[in-house]
Amino acid sequence: MTLEIIGISVLWLFLFLYVIVASIDFGAGFFNAYSAFSDKQHILTGIIQRYLSPVWEVTNVFFVFFFVGIIGFFPQTAFYYGTTLLVPASIALILLAVRGSYYAFATYGAKINHRGYIYMYGLSGLLLPAALSPVLAISEGGFMRLEGGQPSLDYWALFTSPLMWSIVVLSIAAVLYISAVFLTWYAWKAGDEKATQLVRKYALVWAGPTIVTATGIIFELRGHNPEHYASLLDLWWMFALSFLLFLGTVFLIWKKRNYGLAFILLVGQFFTAFFAYGASHYPYLLYPHLTIYDSFTNESMAIALIIAFIAGLGLLLPSLYLLFRLFLFDKDYVKGKSDYHA
Amino acid sequence: MGFEDVALQSRILTLMTLSFHIIYATIGVGVPLMIMIAQWVGIRKNDEHYILLARRWARGFVITVAVGVVTGTAIGLQLSLLWPNFMQMAGNVIALPLFMEVFAFFFEAIFLGIYLYTWDRFEDQRKHFLLLVPVALGAAASSVFITIVNSFMNAPQGFDVLNGELVNVSPLLAMFSPAVPTKVAHVLSTAFMTSAFILASIAAFRLLRGSNHIYHKKALFLTMKLALIFSVATAIIGDFSGKYLAEYQPEKLAAAEWHFETGSEAELVLFGVLDGEEPKYAIRIPYALSILAHGVPSGEVIGLNDFPEDEIPPLWIHYLFDTMVTLGMWLAFFSFVYVVGAWRGWSIVTRTWFRWLTVLSGPLAMLAIQAGWWFTEVGRQPWILRGYMKTSEGATTSGQVDLMIVMFAGLYVILGIGTVVVLSRMYKRNPVEKELAQRESVKGGEE
Repeated sequence: MTLEIIGISVLWLFLFLYVIVASIDFGAGFFNAYSAFSDKQHILTGIIQRYLSPVWEVTNVFFVFFFVGIIGFFPQTAFYYGTTLLVPASIALILLAVRGSYYAFATYGAKINHRGYIYMYGLSGLLLPAALSPVLAISEGGFMRLEGGQPSLDYWALFTSPLMWSIVVLSIAAVLYISAVFLTWYAWKAGDEKATQLVRKYALVWAGPTIVTATGIIFELRGHNPEHYASLLDLWWMFALSFLLFLGTVFLIWKKRNYGLAFILLVGQFFTAFFAYGASHYPYLLYPHLTIYDSFTNESMAIALIIAFIAGLGLLLPSLYLLFRLFLFDKDYVKGKSDYHA
Repeated sequence: MGFEDVALQSRILTLMTLSFHIIYATIGVGVPLMIMIAQWVGIRKNDEHYILLARRWARGFVITVAVGVVTGTAIGLQLSLLWPNFMQMAGNVIALPLFMEVFAFFFEAIFLGIYLYTWDRFEDQRKHFLLLVPVALGAAASSVFITIVNSFMNAPQGFDVLNGELVNVSPLLAMFSPAVPTKVAHVLSTAFMTSAFILASIAAFRLLRGSNHIYHKKALFLTMKLALIFSVATAIIGDFSGKYLAEYQPEKLAAAEWHFETGSEAELVLFGVLDGEEPKYAIRIPYALSILAHGVPSGEVIGLNDFPEDEIPPLWIHYLFDTMVTLGMWLAFFSFVYVVGAWRGWSIVTRTWFRWLTVLSGPLAMLAIQAGWWFTEVGRQPWILRGYMKTSEGATTSGQVDLMIVMFAGLYVILGIGTVVVLSRMYKRNPVEKELAQRESVKGGEE
């Protein structure tokens, strides 16, 4: 295993963790808004806030970790992606900023319950994945031009591409699906029957669109990037495994049992699909301009980063465990029996 | 160089984001330490007031952390969006501290979440206090790492350049550039000092606005004592920073002091306006610049005329330098008077006008932080990486930076107003008298 592979695997893992925790966060905001819209807010708000409040900052760090890490391991990405992504990434940043600060303002400070804000917060949860997902489309190639050695984004090609829009739809559907499955489990743990049934319904609704768009993208790629499509087919068994895990989750949710296991299967489903997709993209970071080999940092920096990463994990894993222990898996806290907020 | 210049636009956007972020970042670094001290004092003295102080500070702190996190994310990503060529180069050499900064931030975020949601959950308050240690450490560590990155930009080392390529990269050598000791120490001490003054401002403001509660008096005295300690530390470190500049970045010091001709027994120029090469209306202190630079009046200070014209920073940084130093000196003096006065029971410290001066000290300290950062950043122009890469070579080639400036300006206005509104509402609705009474009644019920 080369340093390049270690580097990209670490980053891909953190991106995956971000996708999961951010999906829960974005989806929760949307369901909260939707339940306010359909006058069911009293059912969900308590559950959602109890989960989000101690962890919302941590979610953000996974994202920071990914983009700082990729510049560290693959400095060339700064040149290509940094130049081209100015507009979409800035929009995502502004949405993130509005979202994160609004959450703190509303939850800790002003206790705002104004509907307009709740709707905006919910909507931003759908706009964010939409703003972040073009990066995946760009990485497939065909949307970037090099003019005089400087890259620039071909917006027209990007916005008329069915591939880009499929990725956007998939990201939104997946966000809602992941979030609903998690919340089903969380509400069930809280012993809140009404909330469980409500989010369970959402989970079943969004399962279909998620799997349909995900399959659709594979076929989009056949026309857009045949090379990538071929290596995707080579990994068909991983996607098959992912699909089986998907069936398992839906079955358990449908039968109203083992919500915890259902969520674990869901993480497994996305984990296999995410890594199969990443592996099939190998060795390109940006097709066909940038591979992980020609963009990799020098050896001494790579080793230093990996040492720092291992040391950092040594610090992080016990802390995360403590966080989960105290909040996610603490019965009294989950059930809302005691409020120990400062 | 018009506004069409993308490098200039990128500089404006970076400056805007950083200036806004630094307000929250400074509070983010300093306030956890203050909360920790207040809680410690409360436990030691078994005094409910200090514990409540820690608790109320912590509540407001969450709001500033939230904005600090999102603006920090913004600047983190903007570095690559606006300065892709620089980050490509820096990624090869200085990625290590950037990476470690994220870990420190992660660590802090986790324990802050735990700290905030475990009030009264532990029987023993000391256990709860322990959760603050990683928060304060993480906050300080992330500022240390990010300052290391900035130090590298001022004094790059740890690599060789061979035919335009970076070779022989040593990540550790790049991390410990000569600028690191003074910069890191200065950033930490000013963050602690500013946070102490801001919290003192709040206490003084409450005392002025009718609430004559002993709680606010305790808060004021505690924070002013801390402010004094950290302003003295800042002054001492500031002196070292001057010596660092004389040795490694003489053009910055020379521009700050309008010092044109190299020579010994150099005089320090305070205030004034520049007319050609001649400072007018300035106060000149003989030998002081030589003493600042080398510790002896005979020290030779390199002047601006020794540098190529396109490598000297703009001369208006003198005003920033003066603002920073004057405010720092004033704040050290002021906190000294306050602490001595409070100890000795001078009536002056309880006078209304003196209280108003105390209220002013927090904003002044923040102004000094801004002036100091503007000074240090503009002072290394035209370089983005001193001696290696000019700022214009590091900037993006994207044509949409001007639009982004407008968007982010709007965002910061909203966040700024939001912070003020939310914080003032939060404390107005729940004044300390009400909370103390509530706690009394809860305790009474238990007995």
